[in-house]
Amino acid sequence: MKKTHDLTHPRKPRSILSFFLRMMCLFAVTFLGGCSEMVLFDPKGPVGETERFVILTAFALMLIVVIPVFIMAYWFSRKYRATNTKAPYDPKWSYSGKIEFVIWVIPAIIVTCLGILTWNTTFRLDPYKPLDSAVKPITIEVVSLDWKWLFIYPEENIAVVSEVVFPADTPLNFRLTSDTVMTSFFIPQLGSQIYAMAGMTSRLHLLANEPGTYAGQNQQFSGFGYANMTFKAIATSPEHFAAWVQEVKKSPKKLDPARYRELVKPTTGYPVTYFSSSTPDLFNSIIATYHDSSHEDSGAMDGRHGSMPNTHSQQGD
Amino acid sequence: MFGRLTLSAMYHEDLIVMAAVAGSLAMGLALVVMITYKRKWTYLWTEWLTSLDHKRIGIMYICLALVMMLRGIADALMMRVQQAVAVGTSYGYLGPDHFNQIFTAHGTIMIIFVAMPFLSGLMNIVVPLQIGARDVAFPFLNSVSFWLTAAGALLVMVSLGVGEFSKAGWSGYSPMTEMNISPDSGVDYWLWSMQIAGLGSLLTSINFIVTIMNMRAPGMTLMRMPIFTWNALCTSVLILFAFPVLTAALAMVTFDRYMDMHFFSNTHGGNLMMYVNLFWMWGHPEVYIVVLPAFGIFSEVTPTFSGKPLFGYTSMVFATIAITFLSFGVWLHHFFTMGAGPAVNFFFGFATMIIAIPTGVKIFNWLFTMYRGRIRFTSPMYWTVGFITAFAVGGMTGVLLASPPANFVLHNSLFLIAHFHNVLIAGALFGYFAGFTYWFPKAFGFTLSEKWGKRAFWSWIIGFYLAFFPLYALGFMGMPRRMLHYDNPAWRPYLLLAAAGAALILFGIICQMIQLIVSIRQRLANRDLTGDPWNGRTLEWSTASPPPFYNFARIPTVHGIDAFNDMKEKKIAYRKPDRYEDIHMPRNTAYGFINGMLAFVFGFAMIWHIWWLALFSAAGLLFAIIARASDDNIHTTVPAAEVERIEQEHYRQVSAYQRSARQAQRRKFSGR
Repeated sequence: MKKTHDLTHPRKPRSILSFFLRMMCLFAVTFLGGCSEMVLFDPKGPVGETERFVILTAFALMLIVVIPVFIMAYWFSRKYRATNTKAPYDPKWSYSGKIEFVIWVIPAIIVTCLGILTWNTTFRLDPYKPLDSAVKPITIEVVSLDWKWLFIYPEENIAVVSEVVFPADTPLNFRLTSDTVMTSFFIPQLGSQIYAMAGMTSRLHLLANEPGTYAGQNQQFSGFGYANMTFKAIATSPEHFAAWVQEVKKSPKKLDPARYRELVKPTTGYPVTYFSSSTPDLFNSIIATYHDSSHEDSGAMDGRHGSMPNTHSQQGD
Repeated sequence: MFGRLTLSAMYHEDLIVMAAVAGSLAMGLALVVMITYKRKWTYLWTEWLTSLDHKRIGIMYICLALVMMLRGIADALMMRVQQAVAVGTSYGYLGPDHFNQIFTAHGTIMIIFVAMPFLSGLMNIVVPLQIGARDVAFPFLNSVSFWLTAAGALLVMVSLGVGEFSKAGWSGYSPMTEMNISPDSGVDYWLWSMQIAGLGSLLTSINFIVTIMNMRAPGMTLMRMPIFTWNALCTSVLILFAFPVLTAALAMVTFDRYMDMHFFSNTHGGNLMMYVNLFWMWGHPEVYIVVLPAFGIFSEVTPTFSGKPLFGYTSMVFATIAITFLSFGVWLHHFFTMGAGPAVNFFFGFATMIIAIPTGVKIFNWLFTMYRGRIRFTSPMYWTVGFITAFAVGGMTGVLLASPPANFVLHNSLFLIAHFHNVLIAGALFGYFAGFTYWFPKAFGFTLSEKWGKRAFWSWIIGFYLAFFPLYALGFMGMPRRMLHYDNPAWRPYLLLAAAGAALILFGIICQMIQLIVSIRQRLANRDLTGDPWNGRTLEWSTASPPPFYNFARIPTVHGIDAFNDMKEKKIAYRKPDRYEDIHMPRNTAYGFINGMLAFVFGFAMIWHIWWLALFSAAGLLFAIIARASDDNIHTTVPAAEVERIEQEHYRQVSAYQRSARQAQRRKFSGR
């Protein structure tokens, strides 16, 4: 392509597309201006770091196509405008094998590169795959309720609402379910989110590199109280974590079945609450409530309420 | 007697809702008064509501789309204002129930009642003209399709005042739409409006596939078809295969809600994941259903205004076909975070990325059509160039979302919102606007004001960048979609920018309204006398503007891709035929309108559990279909003499125009 100087040589100030360049500037300012708040570009764990790498690499690869599109749109619009009678005009030209080849092959090559990147990272970042680490992982069971998060620590036999605390540099094995509609468990600075669904277990493996308090949220619309369904994810040192567990164990509240039935009632803005003990195997029993009655009740037309076991009087059935 | 419908359903505590109801009623009433005052009821009934003319049905489709767009835009503005103010201790002016209805209605309306009728309208007006046909294959079915869509839209409008709309999001994920969680009428309004309008779309697709396959002018092989018609064909194929999935999914939700079944419930073996899969098996092809006609429009606008044939016609056709096939194999990218294995996620992610190849090819084809052209920058061309650049960004962010690892952090964030508005506004909607401006003179016989068209364009495109680019940034800042309220003050400046952008888009819409008013007032000055205001290349420009109801007095013979350009070059474009023949045309009928209204009553009765009314309207529908099928008197014959009279009038106009053009040319020379 010749005559690239057309780009920088404004023959006519009110050009149709000069505005797009200004728009690109605005775009850049918007992005760079708030960089410190771009939590996805400031990850605190290996999962988030790899995801940032994928985003930035993919962006860079795709700019190979997108930037020429902007340049050509500007250049062709300017040069071949009808008022510019000096530009060549080829009213019959509609095919070029070379150009066709390039416009099919270049995007294909880029997509192939992206495919390889995606293949590698998709397998590496499978949320169900445990993370490699010498440190013994900690298991946390997550139950999404209307509209709050319940975290159960089966090994410590404690439970917490609206806050999850864990040691840094320790792999976190989350097991998730929902006792209501579908939700999505997400701590942006640590990386991947995963859906939590009633009657099912999903898994997520994360790790925090450094201590800190990170925002956690529900990323899947779940009704009336959805916007306030947030929690704090606090990464601490192992010593602090042990001390915190002891503190929770001192709480007078116990998560027995009655208390749990209270908890599943729809509320918004539920405060951070510590439970010094939890019903054994509560997580699995929550899942089981969605399966127990399926056989005995399958024939009953009015089986939604009433004829089911007690657990089904709960919300989310 | 009235099922669960009580007077309290019409009372809303929310003043905003009451004001919206009052406003809608006032506008409707004003329209009725105006029509009565001007004594246009008979005209409206005989010439429009009962018309089987594809051009008139097309115009009614677009009117419907524009009216519904106003409603959708109002919803969008309310959301933008809410998010601009509801930070920290401020909770904005909307409650959760209202806010959740607004975004659900916005999505449902914009996709089902703006994009679908807009594209159906453009296809209706243009496709038969482009292929040299006198009407669509099934003119009556066409009328039924339109009135079913209108019935769906009417249900959505009624939900504003009677009861409420769904609060479960436009995608209506189970189990939130189950009776135990959403017992009110909202989900049922969503269900029946989508179901009835979806049936209309399905019938339209059958109509257009048959029309395009069977009714092309002699000599128009598939590979000589105008690209817009190709895109209409591919869109129709997509509708034909995708919409039944939606119909089935919605039917199962209906069974769950009405008959206590458990397809998608949490308990009794129901499975919400089934719903999510089915919804997106329709939902993803739907994206291409909406955007392919826009691609077709750009492929008509660019060659016309560049004064050149489309670059790479063959690869354009194959790119479109490739997109059609691939779009059925990507639906899972809407829920990578559901927990499928990495092999499954990779398959769907990579399939999505592959779509970027034919789409990229299309973009370069449009650019190389402009290359070495003589580009006349009319407003359709503005929309096209605006589209090419903005869509490149939208495509890029789409490929990014298609990568599962990136999706794990961007899913359901405002980045996603920015992405799909990027492709649906800058992709589909800009295309529809380009097509609207481009074919407006064909449909009405006069061109639209360029001045106001360009003002609208600049407001729209700047407003679009301003409204959605901050949302990309907010996605990286971790802001989820559909937030009524948030606590992070760092998000707010971006949401203020976005609100400003939405206001600018509103200004663009006001410009478009002024454009319509100004153009109608100046219609005599801007008349299109030749039927070819843009020096067009395809057959729709070979007939008068607006075309006679039979479109072509004599069916043209096609020898190449740009058939009309070919005729003009051979100087046979305005040659009079030796003699005229009688033309058989479908007779207008009220049954389409009646079917649509009965479908509306049926939907309304089902929503409110008024079983006797549902039964009567369903029986009425059946009866109307049988009655219509038994009617043998469905054609009318236009005598050759009448055809000749209409055609002579057109030729007189054309030659008068050509004479004055020659005089203007001579004056120009002598003046020099």
